[in-house]
Amino acid sequence: MLTVNSINCGIVIDHITAGNGIKIFEKLKLGEVNYPVVLLINVPSSKLGKKDIIKIENKIDVDLTMLGLIDPNITVNIIENDSIVNKMNVKIPDEVQGLFKCKNPRCVSNYDEYTTPRFKLVKKNGKIFYRCNYCEELTSYTI
Amino acid sequence: MELKGRHLIDPNDFSLEELKQVFDLADRMIDNRDTYGSICKGKILGTLFYEPSTRTRLSFESAMLRMGGSVLGFADANTSSVAKGESIADTIRVLSTYADVVVMRHPKEGAPKLASEYSSVPVINGGDGGHQHPTQTLTDLLTIRRYKKRLDNLTVGFCGDLKFGRTVHSLISTMSRYQGSKFVLVSPTELKLPEHLKSNLMEMYGIDIYETESLEEVIDSLDILYMTRIQKERFFNEADYMRLKDSYILDRSKLKNAKDDMLVMHPLPRVNEISYDVDDDHRAVYFKQAEYGIYVRMALIALLLGVDVNVDGK
Repeated sequence: MLTVNSINCGIVIDHITAGNGIKIFEKLKLGEVNYPVVLLINVPSSKLGKKDIIKIENKIDVDLTMLGLIDPNITVNIIENDSIVNKMNVKIPDEVQGLFKCKNPRCVSNYDEYTTPRFKLVKKNGKIFYRCNYCEELTSYTI
Repeated sequence: MELKGRHLIDPNDFSLEELKQVFDLADRMIDNRDTYGSICKGKILGTLFYEPSTRTRLSFESAMLRMGGSVLGFADANTSSVAKGESIADTIRVLSTYADVVVMRHPKEGAPKLASEYSSVPVINGGDGGHQHPTQTLTDLLTIRRYKKRLDNLTVGFCGDLKFGRTVHSLISTMSRYQGSKFVLVSPTELKLPEHLKSNLMEMYGIDIYETESLEEVIDSLDILYMTRIQKERFFNEADYMRLKDSYILDRSKLKNAKDDMLVMHPLPRVNEISYDVDDDHRAVYFKQAEYGIYVRMALIALLLGVDVNVDGK
């Protein structure tokens, strides 16, 4: 069994659906940082069967909205002096700003650089969509 | 709620009571045409037309001039600072200091909404891509109200380009709010009403929608037939346009089975989707519709500016 030391101070992004770890790693640009980061994939999990985990030995701002958008199962643990001082569950965000583009090629948000695309959550037939604040088209987010 | 200082980006920005306020004033303006000639004296309408338009722009200009106001703006984005790559936010921040109310037409969907976020004066959406055209909707509703004396319990047939036709999108989503509205959608498969819009309206208002490709099949059930042009400028490819452009042509023979009091409406300009021989039919109201467009825009501008409209003693 592969073992990875616990971190003393930093962030653990846990319960990532297996396969999404690398995508989050890339979204957070963790390949470019100069502090220790560990990406664990296919870790056995009683809840998910298998899961991915990211351990970051540093306190950074993690965009919970973005994590919720990618994978609402995720938990984020803040570690200080070897213990969890804060545990956060992410959720599918009701509103999203600037994290992805509107799929409508005629939407002003794909044309005017000044514009930040904004979306509101819409659930239809069990599927998740985001309605554009400008053109009202529905976009489904996939990473 | 007071309309002074508000924007009109989507017809749903106004409640049914607020829409009634606009129509009531438009009715008064039609019935007392000489009374409102100076209510906007000293006020300026800015017309920001980023894509070609004849009747919408001239209708707005006529509306403002008929109330004694002035007009400035551009009718071609190629001759304005926009051509230099200026953002919409910067353009509107500056131009809203030059005018008291602004109307914007833009090929990109959502552009007037974006402008309204940065404007210091009311912004009116004069049409944004295939998205919305709220003042055409006000025009359509005023026309229907004047002829039918009501806006509820009507069966409205939309025929032609229901995919890209912004006038259809605006009107259908507004009429859905009136009780008892039924819609019959007549179009080729490729130009059907966008699924997201249809499902949204069915979910929100539980409206009754029937879709068909045959106008003949449904024309006898309609209170209103709203014809639309197949718009070349909305197609990405010429071959698709050529294949679909003559899908529906309304002529006298097709009108035979229609109700005697059915209204034939069209946002204009038409190309060939309504034969000229229909123009003389008493059910054809599209030119009257264009005329009412001026009065509804007059009423809208006056209410957004908050000028004194009680000049006819009513």
